[in-house]
Amino acid sequence: MDLDLTSEQELIRDTVRAFARERVAPVAEELDREARFPVELVRELAELGLMGIPISERYGGAGGDTVSYAIAIEELTRIDSSVAITVAAHTSLGTMPINLFGSDEQKERWLPDLASGRKLAAFGLTEPDAGSDAGATRTTAELRDGSWVVNGSKMFITNAGTELTWGVTITARTGEDEISNIVVENGTPGYEISGPLHKLGWKASDTRELTFADCAVPEGNLLGPRGEGFHQFLEILDGGRISVAAMGVGLAQGAYDLADAYARERRQFGKQIGKFQAVAFKLADMAVEIEAGRQLVSKAAWLKDQGRPFALEAAMAKLYTGELSHRVVNQALQIHGGYGFMDEFPISRLYRDQKILEIGEGTNEVQRMVIAKHLGL
Amino acid sequence: MKIAVCVKQVPDATVHKRLDPSTHRLDRSGEGALNPTDLNAVEEALRLRDAHGGEVAILSLGPERAMDSLRKALAMGADRAVLVSDAAAAGSDLVATSHALATALGREEPDLVLFGQQSSDADGAVLWAAVADRLRRPMVSQVAELTIEGGTLTGKRQTEFGYDVISAPLPAVVAVSDAINEPRYPSLKGIMGAKSKPQETVSLADAGIEADRVGEAGSKTTVRAVAPPPAKSDQVKLEDDGSAAEKIVEYLAEKRLI
Ligand SMILES: Cc1cc2nc3c(=O)[nH]c(=O)nc-3n(C[C@H](O)[C@H](O)[C@H](O)COP(=O)(O)OP(=O)(O)OC[C@H]3O[C@@H](n4cnc5c(N)ncnc54)[C@H](O)[C@@H]3O)c2cc1C
Ligand SMILES: Cc1cc2nc3c(=O)[nH]c(=O)nc-3n(C[C@H](O)[C@H](O)[C@H](O)COP(=O)(O)OP(=O)(O)OC[C@H]3O[C@@H](n4cnc5c(N)ncnc54)[C@H](O)[C@@H]3O)c2cc1C
Repeated sequence: MDLDLTSEQELIRDTVRAFARERVAPVAEELDREARFPVELVRELAELGLMGIPISERYGGAGGDTVSYAIAIEELTRIDSSVAITVAAHTSLGTMPINLFGSDEQKERWLPDLASGRKLAAFGLTEPDAGSDAGATRTTAELRDGSWVVNGSKMFITNAGTELTWGVTITARTGEDEISNIVVENGTPGYEISGPLHKLGWKASDTRELTFADCAVPEGNLLGPRGEGFHQFLEILDGGRISVAAMGVGLAQGAYDLADAYARERRQFGKQIGKFQAVAFKLADMAVEIEAGRQLVSKAAWLKDQGRPFALEAAMAKLYTGELSHRVVNQALQIHGGYGFMDEFPISRLYRDQKILEIGEGTNEVQRMVIAKHLGL
Repeated sequence: MKIAVCVKQVPDATVHKRLDPSTHRLDRSGEGALNPTDLNAVEEALRLRDAHGGEVAILSLGPERAMDSLRKALAMGADRAVLVSDAAAAGSDLVATSHALATALGREEPDLVLFGQQSSDADGAVLWAAVADRLRRPMVSQVAELTIEGGTLTGKRQTEFGYDVISAPLPAVVAVSDAINEPRYPSLKGIMGAKSKPQETVSLADAGIEADRVGEAGSKTTVRAVAPPPAKSDQVKLEDDGSAAEKIVEYLAEKRLI
């Protein structure tokens, strides 16, 4: 057994850590306040090859492993969740369906722009009436004269409306009991993207509602065999959970960093508040949980890299880190007292950014359903 | 043009530095990183290579694990790395370190040797001068701007009062300041590609360095004792109740500092 990172993984961690501190941290508060999509940062991330970490070099990605990818997402989230989810959703949700299920020709055509980060991709699964029950997709796609004619709508879709967005892969009903994944490029007539949705957190991340009205896309935009959409999206979500779990660890670590620094600096009753056992124990508990969560994420990522089944571990990691980040950010804000409730203190942003980690890519309840099913219950 | 960059692995900025009381040496067991201004030196070397062609070789004297830090320079774009590592070199002072590096550089015969201005651990800001002297080459330090044209370098050297502009013929030695450039982040592609670049770890014998001229044997410095700096006695603590600025001024005036 070897729990050390490789020297490459360490270098990736150090690079992303430095980038997050030096490039993201100074603008995170402003991006959040103005709910502005960080297009300049995405361009810089693209330049460094961070928009396609696990995608093969053949298609312009970095050819990195899942462990490296998870580390990068953790380090970004430690500083800012909006930037991290932009990378994670583009990679795990937007690019991955094409990478996993696209034909060689589709990959040659679409992946180079996506893996290099010149363009962004989204994945549209959720609908107004199909959330946790994602199989209840109502959007339809009907094959007419060599085109899929799409009708329906999608809800809460990340990265769908940025100035860099190329398109979206959607799940659609292509028959009575049949779901398929179909690519819709931006600018296709009949495809409409709402204005940015206003949110509690992840404010600088782009979230949209999509509508399709007799939107005709080429027949060749079908990903993989017709009718495979259900299995395909489950597979996408399994992998995506690793990156959201890495976000849970990163958010918790970021909250810990802030609380630790504050506990050393703030004095009350003539002492650093970190010297009070009630505060020190909070930090100790946080440190323990974060370490446990990080190990769960590493394990899931490592299993995936070994080509072994990882869905159970990914769900466990997603559930555990979602809940641990909730506990940690709550205590971290508590340690800040009233200052933590103020917009000027980054912990308040982390507090708002945390909640979605227990909802997106499967709620806590859905993770428990997945885990119970794996346990044969 | 052949450029050699001398770099040092130092304790990471987050590591609490301590001297080992038994060896009197800095405890280097914690996480290591490339010395900050050495990143500027690497960056400058890469820019010069990209403008003039040639290669960038990274050279260091240090423990075996220093290679992890050299790999960062390779990930940034340097072509190859040479680490001189040998148990007999431990405990080298300035005299010994400069001898080892000058000997290794003598074999490489670079047109330009770049250094960082100073290390963040020992903080001597002098090694480049010793190396240049041993190599009998011109040397410019504290360089904030560097150009090379037809075998001559021109360095803009930061001073207290402005800039000195100094020209020197190649081959030469230059120490760069952190004002010279903004070091790039290694790209993922660079990081993944670094492992296939030549990385040599060589012993003193391989590098042609006489063992008795380095390490404790070759050092002219003897550290007799180490002790923490004495606690500052003359401290005044002010709580800011709105009058802190006034009190600071009063205090400084009282000490005749203003
Ligand atoms: C900011 C943001 C970004 C998002 N990005 C994307 C994206 O890029 N692509 C995409 O497709 N989707 C995206 N989503 C959607 C997200 O995945 C869904 O919101 C999530 O899956 C939950 O679905 P829902 O909101 O419809 O909640 P519902 O499914 O309506 O759930 C409501 C509550 O009921 C519970 N519940 C539901 N079913 C059960 C059950 N069987 N047993 C017990 N409890 C149950 C849930 O756990 C939850 O607590 C995003 C959402 C947000 C907020
Ligand atoms: C008695 C004694 C024992 C010592 N024992 C050790 C020891 O065991 N291990 C140890 O690492 N140091 C040891 N040192 C410190 C070592 O001698 C100095 O680090 C060295 O002389 C360089 O000085 P500096 O770090 O102040 O570099 P500076 O002069 O501040 O550095 C300027 C530049 O020189 C280059 N540089 C510095 N060091 C190296 C290097 N090793 N290889 C390549 N380029 C370099 C870098 O570009 C750096 O930016 C010892 C010093 C003394 C006095």
